[in-house]
Amino acid sequence: MAKNIQSLERAAAMLRLLAGGERRLGLSEIASSVGLAKGTAHGILRTLQAEGFVEQDATSGRYQLGAELLRLGNSYLDVHELRSRALVWTDDLARSSGESVHLGVVHQQGVLIVHHVFRPDDSRQVLEVGAMQPLHSTALGKVLSAYDPVAHTEAVEGDRKDFTPRTITGLAEFESVLELTRARGWAADIEETWEGVAAVAAPIHDRRRMPVGAIAITGAVERLCPAGELRSELVAAVRECARAVSRDIGAGRF
Amino acid sequence: MSDTTTTGTSSHGTGPFIAAIDQGTTSSRCIVFDRDGRIVAVDQKEHEQIFPRPGWVEHNAAEIWTNVQEVVARAIEKAGITSADVKAIGITNQRETTLLWDKNTGEPVHNAIVWQDTRTDALCRELGRNVGQDRFRRETGLPLASYFAGPKARWLLDNVEGLRERAERGEILFGTMDSWVIWNLTGGTDGGVHVTDVTNASRTMLMNLHTMAWDPKILDSMEVPAAILPEVRSSAEVYGNAKGGVLDGIPVASALGDQQAALFGQTCFAEGEAKSTYGTGTFMLMNTAHKPVNSYNGLLTTVGYRIGDEPAVYALEGSIAITGALVQWMRDQMGLINSAAEIETLASSVEDNGGAYFVPAFSGLFAPHWRADARGVIAGLTRYVTKAHIARAVLEATAWQTREISDAMTKDSGVELTALKVDGGMTSNNLLMQTLSDVLDAPVVRPMVAETTCLGAAYAAGLAVGFWPNTDVLRANWRRAAEWTPRMDADTRAREYKNWLKAVERTMGWLDDDDS
Repeated sequence: MAKNIQSLERAAAMLRLLAGGERRLGLSEIASSVGLAKGTAHGILRTLQAEGFVEQDATSGRYQLGAELLRLGNSYLDVHELRSRALVWTDDLARSSGESVHLGVVHQQGVLIVHHVFRPDDSRQVLEVGAMQPLHSTALGKVLSAYDPVAHTEAVEGDRKDFTPRTITGLAEFESVLELTRARGWAADIEETWEGVAAVAAPIHDRRRMPVGAIAITGAVERLCPAGELRSELVAAVRECARAVSRDIGAGRF
Repeated sequence: MSDTTTTGTSSHGTGPFIAAIDQGTTSSRCIVFDRDGRIVAVDQKEHEQIFPRPGWVEHNAAEIWTNVQEVVARAIEKAGITSADVKAIGITNQRETTLLWDKNTGEPVHNAIVWQDTRTDALCRELGRNVGQDRFRRETGLPLASYFAGPKARWLLDNVEGLRERAERGEILFGTMDSWVIWNLTGGTDGGVHVTDVTNASRTMLMNLHTMAWDPKILDSMEVPAAILPEVRSSAEVYGNAKGGVLDGIPVASALGDQQAALFGQTCFAEGEAKSTYGTGTFMLMNTAHKPVNSYNGLLTTVGYRIGDEPAVYALEGSIAITGALVQWMRDQMGLINSAAEIETLASSVEDNGGAYFVPAFSGLFAPHWRADARGVIAGLTRYVTKAHIARAVLEATAWQTREISDAMTKDSGVELTALKVDGGMTSNNLLMQTLSDVLDAPVVRPMVAETTCLGAAYAAGLAVGFWPNTDVLRANWRRAAEWTPRMDADTRAREYKNWLKAVERTMGWLDDDDS
């Protein structure tokens, strides 16, 4: 059997010790129970505390299990929770941009639309909640593939169909688009999925900086890219909206 | 619209603006709106809920007035503007909550009695003794119930030492929260105006819906002296100018009860247009134009709004006690979900309700049944039913209860519901909104500004000072954020409704007479 990592074994022993009922233990009790010098035990506890697995009571100095452990067991963010948190921000984005707004998450081999705000004009529009979009060609899909390893694998291994002459299908070119996306924090789709349609998207991160979804502004290419380039204020607006939702679900300022 | 071409990303940098104050049940808020009806800044502060005895709920009106001043000052500061940029102040408020205060000192004589407070139950029964609950319905549109302000005022006059004498000497003023806020805003003891609007007055049980004036016969029966009552004004006119504070000199130009304000904010200006607000409970109001429609199906007849000298617009109102509260109950009491939003995840994991129906008659059945002897039921249980089916039944309960109100409105008014405008927290639940459209067999539409209550007060104030020229412009401001259309076939809808009504039957008569 391969040799195990000693400090992880010690950390696990401390967590088990603290997990025995509703307990708060002092440093010396923990150190003597697991048979360690106080300095060594303190180093491990400090690391566990930084990760949120252990919390220290401010007044007594005693240790207890941290909230992070509870979240581990139930860590995925419910998409309906995500929608309810995003509602006011996405409404405002649609209103300020004058275009429709979509919120998407990775689902199977594509992007599942979990929220859709209509373009604020009087035209008839159909709610697209529940629809799927491709990962490799849409702005939402590119953002998710750039940040989420699961989406990345699906996009790289899946079939990258050419929807229009502008669709990027080659692997190297696709990877360089993702690299650019990570570098600047947003992705675009200019007639790469639908003729005449452009979109710009930015990622939503949770408190662990995990990508949990993406928000996109979608509209006619001549409105979004009047001079061939995406209007920079739309890029700023969609990024600001995604940051606001990220903050709302507990991510720190970034 | 020109929106698409003039877009900045925060295009509401320059004024002028309207400030709306929402004096609500749990908090006071101030929202600053721009000309497009977009939110520029918000501030909010909660106040204490005082429970002196079971069934009694009070607010400290002095605390509320302090909070109102604070949220106004902070909202103006957050918006980065000055009073010079604000064209008018609009007021919306928790309805029916009742206050009496001393005209000369400005001191409340007692805590405000909140609309939920049931201390006047016995008084209402006594007032109805020979004729029953509907003694004043023809004049006021309301049944005798503890919600309404008139009986609360009577209780204060009967129970606060020496108050009736002081009231008769003309030293005491009565008001719902709109009156209290406006009186203080316009100077209080230093020339404050003592007014209320027709929508708030229509919830006192003291105003005659046909004449829009205090009804002398009812005042007599209720033993409320006319001297304490505010002047009844329209919902959109300048009552006076603010005196002191950050908005010194700005016209105070609207007042609407919160549900009526939401109707206004949703721009339900035409007959048959209706809105439904989905919170803990649900309030649905339908515009019935210039007719006060008598209800024979357990709804309330109320004033929707009145703009200046124009004829009043009436509404039918139906309320559902338990909608969002049922989802909270699933979370807090049953522990079947961790957050309210998860009800949709759980419910979406199955195709249908598996034959289960959940009637949340936790404190009896309200409109249109009005059965105090009913209690909650989950019907149709078999071993096949899972917690996911129950979650689906929970969402369907909100939809079917809305359908019952909508049917009652159609029966009373003869007007079919063409579309339902929705707002409130539960509108983020996509499955619920689709189910609602399915069971109503009508489109369900969510507007882009969720804060319809404050928006309604802002709209009314803006109309009064000419900031917006007419209601057509407001209608053009309204933006559809989402629309759900019916997908259920007629046979399924009919069968499910029948099952729902069977489940409702089974809630009735649970309490015996001697249980209460």
